[in-house]
Amino acid sequence: MTLHTFYFLTLNGLTLAALLFIMASGLTLAFGLMRVVNLAHGAFYLLGGYTGVHVVQASGSLAAGVLVGGAVAMAGGLLVERLLLQRVRGLDLSEALLTIAVGLIIADALLVAYGGRPISLPLPPGLRSPVDLGVMMYPAFRVVIMVLAVLLGGALWLVMSRTRIGAAIRAGVDDRETAMAQGINVPLLFAGVFAVASFLAGAAGVIGTSYMSLNQGLDVRVLMLSLVVIIIGGMGSLKGAAVGALITGMVSSFATGYLPQFALFFLFLPMTLILVFRPQGLFGRTT
Amino acid sequence: MSDAVIEVADLDARYGLGHVLQGLELRAGRECVALMGRNGVGKSTLARVLMGLTPPRADGVVRLLGQDVLGWPPHRIARLGVGYVPQGRRLFPSLTVDEHLELNRRPGPAGTRWTADAVFELFPSLGQRRRSYGNQISGGERSMLAIGRALVTNPGCLILDEPTEGLAPAVVENVAEGLRTLTGEGVAVLLIEQNVKAAALAADRAYFMAEGRIVHEAADKAAMTDDTVLSRYLGVSA
Repeated sequence: MTLHTFYFLTLNGLTLAALLFIMASGLTLAFGLMRVVNLAHGAFYLLGGYTGVHVVQASGSLAAGVLVGGAVAMAGGLLVERLLLQRVRGLDLSEALLTIAVGLIIADALLVAYGGRPISLPLPPGLRSPVDLGVMMYPAFRVVIMVLAVLLGGALWLVMSRTRIGAAIRAGVDDRETAMAQGINVPLLFAGVFAVASFLAGAAGVIGTSYMSLNQGLDVRVLMLSLVVIIIGGMGSLKGAAVGALITGMVSSFATGYLPQFALFFLFLPMTLILVFRPQGLFGRTT
Repeated sequence: MSDAVIEVADLDARYGLGHVLQGLELRAGRECVALMGRNGVGKSTLARVLMGLTPPRADGVVRLLGQDVLGWPPHRIARLGVGYVPQGRRLFPSLTVDEHLELNRRPGPAGTRWTADAVFELFPSLGQRRRSYGNQISGGERSMLAIGRALVTNPGCLILDEPTEGLAPAVVENVAEGLRTLTGEGVAVLLIEQNVKAAALAADRAYFMAEGRIVHEAADKAAMTDDTVLSRYLGVSA
């Protein structure tokens, strides 16, 4: 193994971590607020991805693809929350089964529409070429993904720590019942966070397509990875989502590079250890 | 009594098979009323029903600030102008003292009288801990912050569930004095207490509860601290 391979795997791990953070950051906040985990999150990733590819092909603008892909997933998220989840509020099993059902329907509809052939994103010429990062040449677009994740993390951190809505979300994650008894409309807050989380899943589906081409089964894979991130980091914690994404991205990249036959084992090992020794996650709170 | 702020009539509440409140009747105007009784008689259940927190399932009449609130979600009841200090304080560990007050600050039935600064004036020691998180302050400060968090909503009525539990006598006096100030300004206060001293310091009169019902009413302070009453309904002496 050369130093070059090491750098390459590190950068790949950071790229995957960036994507996972975009996927998991909104999901973990929604999970923390209402204890509802959206198991259709992976399907929203696919939905956003396919939509984005169309938009990029038609318009030539990657930014338009990301925004429209995110917006379509957000519309899906709003419909699911307002029309379905609201009817079974508080029934944990029904909520979980409902989101699984929605995820399966979306994924199957996409299979009918696009078939099983993997699709990748037609990147604009400027982002196709590699850039020199000092240690090695690396695809420009993957660098863009990392920058986007860092910007998103910064923006979410500002909202969470500096605004009244952020404080309300933190209060709701800490203790939903008490937050409501103090006048915070937690169900409405949850609808908003759920919509933002769905947007981020759709947007991740578009930008992630340059890294993993869209195909059937990808929805389940990205959902699994997002759940691993949330369990490691702790439900409802933004910092946890960032650290969980870094751990999962790095472990996945290095295990695939050095010991591919044990890649899945190493991927789920940190999560298993966390579940045994610190079930609330690295930055989660016990309630 | 047309000026009742808190009116409860014929209230039944159940947890699963347990019949926790049985035809409960209670009313309070712009005064401080204590609700006393041993553990497990349904005092906290009543507070939860008043705030719309579920379970329990409840039926009967619950009228707060003139509105029938039974079946309302908790945030709507709070926005009506009902302040709530839950048992065990239940502060937010992720929020600082300042953030607790800033998050809840809004005009209410009491206008805009209560700001963070007014809370720090009422409870000066809390003002020293403005940047500490909800789980980093002392028991007395937690109680003060839980009350302050309810006050900055400028409530017309305030429901407190054992706010002096576990506090040193001097702090109990401080809290009771704060409640007297509120009552003086026209806020209706329902004080759920097991601490006779705190109740006697803060409240004008008291209800005694046993097995889901009001079993005795004490019309003034002297009646509240009467030895026979206390030993019968609380198992303590004054």
